[in-house]
Amino acid sequence: MSTSGAAPRSPAFGLLFYALGILVVAGFAVGWLPEVSSAHGHGIDRVIRYLLLTTGTLFLVGCLVLGRFILTYGRGAPQEGAVLSERTQLLWAIVPVLLMCAISEVGVLVMALPVFGEVYGEPAEDAFEVEVVGKQFEWLVRYPGPDGVLGEVDHDKVHDSRNPLGLVKSDPAARDDIVLRGQLHLPVGRMSIVSLRSLDVIHSFTVPLFRTKQDTLPGYTAFTQFTPEKEGTFELACAELCGLGHYRMQGTVTVQSEEELAQWLSEQEPWL
Amino acid sequence: MAVAQEHAPQTFISKYVFSTDHKVIGLQYILTALFMGIVGSALAVLIRAQITWPEKALVTPENYISLVTMHGTIMVFFVVSLALVSGFGNFLIPLMLGARDMAYPFLNMLSYWTVVPACLLVLASFLVEGGAAAAGWTAYPPLSALPEAVPGSGLGQTLWLLAMALFIASFTMGGLNYIATILNCRARGMTLMRMPLTVWTYFMSAILGVLSFPPLTAAAIMLLLDRHGGTSFFLPEGLVFGNETLPHQGGTPLLFQHLFWFLGHPEVYVLVLPGIGITFDLLATFARRPIFGYRTSVWSLVVVGFLSMIVWGHHMYVTGMNPYVGEYFSIATVLITAPFAVLGLNLVASLWRSRIRMEVPMYWALGTIAVIGLGGFGGLFLATSISDIYFHESFFVVGHFHLMIGVVTVLSALGGTYYWFPKMFGRKMSVGLAKLHFWTTYLPVVAVFALMHFQGLSGLLRRYYDHTIYEFQEAGIGLALPITILVFVVTGSQLVFIYNFFVSMRRGEVASANPWNGTTLEWTAPSPAPHGNWPGALPVVDRHPYDYDPAAPAEADFKPQGTVA
Repeated sequence: MSTSGAAPRSPAFGLLFYALGILVVAGFAVGWLPEVSSAHGHGIDRVIRYLLLTTGTLFLVGCLVLGRFILTYGRGAPQEGAVLSERTQLLWAIVPVLLMCAISEVGVLVMALPVFGEVYGEPAEDAFEVEVVGKQFEWLVRYPGPDGVLGEVDHDKVHDSRNPLGLVKSDPAARDDIVLRGQLHLPVGRMSIVSLRSLDVIHSFTVPLFRTKQDTLPGYTAFTQFTPEKEGTFELACAELCGLGHYRMQGTVTVQSEEELAQWLSEQEPWL
Repeated sequence: MAVAQEHAPQTFISKYVFSTDHKVIGLQYILTALFMGIVGSALAVLIRAQITWPEKALVTPENYISLVTMHGTIMVFFVVSLALVSGFGNFLIPLMLGARDMAYPFLNMLSYWTVVPACLLVLASFLVEGGAAAAGWTAYPPLSALPEAVPGSGLGQTLWLLAMALFIASFTMGGLNYIATILNCRARGMTLMRMPLTVWTYFMSAILGVLSFPPLTAAAIMLLLDRHGGTSFFLPEGLVFGNETLPHQGGTPLLFQHLFWFLGHPEVYVLVLPGIGITFDLLATFARRPIFGYRTSVWSLVVVGFLSMIVWGHHMYVTGMNPYVGEYFSIATVLITAPFAVLGLNLVASLWRSRIRMEVPMYWALGTIAVIGLGGFGGLFLATSISDIYFHESFFVVGHFHLMIGVVTVLSALGGTYYWFPKMFGRKMSVGLAKLHFWTTYLPVVAVFALMHFQGLSGLLRRYYDHTIYEFQEAGIGLALPITILVFVVTGSQLVFIYNFFVSMRRGEVASANPWNGTTLEWTAPSPAPHGNWPGALPVVDRHPYDYDPAAPAEADFKPQGTVA
């Protein structure tokens, strides 16, 4: 038996891909990105917009061509000359190779590399330093206090309520350290460099409106640097599954002027 | 004469249970995957319900992360791997190559019966104290190493690790069998460059699987030792739980991530390449013309396979790995778009000057092409390390990987089921139900994962029990309800498929040996194919796999790849 009856034809199927291409690209074109509020964040948004523009165009073109082919060749007319020479087929492959290498490596090397320098390069000389420590399920913030030095900590001295970071009393540098739960205060317009640790599992320090994200690994000290641009409060969240309370590992970042920050810091009591 | 039939198994047990016939084993895998798929889908529905209505607290927070963990584990390893790679691979490779069976039929049986206890262990882990594993499908220590860290890291995580070890053993046996069969059991005249692209993709998939799974086995054993043997491979000094410092020292959690992703990334291609191969084969049959760029497709598959082994670090840009190393991974990862775009071009161009027959399997093939595009381009946002800072652990990632390893794979497996069903059971599936299934699956599923990309752009983070306590997640969570409704539609739609599958098996329209006028060798065997695949001599191959001519009269527009003497 061979196939009975006329072959099923539905060239209108091609319209599906016209609609799909247009709707998806239109959907991505809606301004989903929230307003950015850090210096390097603009660079990240530029990279994202560059990729949206280039890949969106290619996806739309691909869908339109796919739809067009189905409309044209779905009618069942015999087609001559379907097979091109091996050489021509090979030459055609060069088009997507060059196109994608150009688009993707321009993204990584031209658009993203300067931002890489801002995010991972040498921090500014006058960067504001603070420590943030992740633990299940909160963020502990430590300022060095008047001496400007973070004191010694010892994990054996950690006690959730009495000494959450395990500050060592015998170290004078530790005696003026300020420890806060879930509240991070930073200066506006000046680079902050946050050193990140974890007491238990992996967490990830993220302030989405700053476009910043860095895991806190137990056993390591990681760093993340950024320059807040606007005063106000911003949400700090955890971006690495850290246990049943992952979703409520919330903190606030208050960005204020240098004067307000200095005033606020002077009002904080040392932990010990 | 008819040697193969003389060896055909006679008893029910040897024919359907402990069978060494690749077709029976293939179907065993597919049915096992179908069952596990129902479990995995049920978990997905629960996850969606919790995300959408957090105020109802349908599950507890610890159960929620178990759901997320087990949904990922089950779907990746026990549904997509089993159905598409092990199931269709077993069924198709010998038939498409003109072989009687796999190179090692007993090993094949062993590999299936090794994965069955793995499935049972996974299912059993829901019943133990503390619940199923809850450290994510990636099982990052310390979370996965310490029962103190999360309730699921008790016995549930141990069962998870044992199940993975069994799965890997099974998958490695399967992969070795694929490689041996493809290299040694091809019919006369079936050169490597005459193999159907489906077989090429299984070849690459098997090579990648065999090369990349062993490090995960090592990681699983090290993690088991950290959990139960007092070692500290992944655990550094100074871990504090409940005011107590643990005695571990000297390990690093990053080591596990490297070992995991050294497998994890190639695994993506292990899954997605066969989906692309099947799409090519369906496309050729229903476009009635040869695949555009067969050779460039083969070489692209080889290049994709190679590159996939050296880019695992793109999952780790913000983990604390040296960012300069991340930059290398970024540069290398985005190169994959080049061979992938060649595959995309060849898929689309295979419709140029074609004469499309819009049968049901073609719906899925065409639909898959657009998803490969959408999922593939989304990958660039994550591969570029700088934009990944924003997208890492967001719903953008969830949308992206679901499109690639969930939708491309499942759509092509469904298309493949409609296409090869006559070869499996000698009958066709109902066309009306199949169309209903397509439209109620395709449109919602693409919408679901496109919307998740938008959620990710707006900043929505994944694996959250409740997003509503954050202001920045408001915009994203606004899309949760439409997504959930669409998920319910897709899930319900699969019931239509399951009904069609089992009813058509017994009552479908009887199919001929070659109901679609296909060219590849499986269509020269009877439907359903008997033990040994060809009753008489094996076919002899004399041409490339897609010899269709859209200029010829409609009923004589194809030449089978081989002839049976």
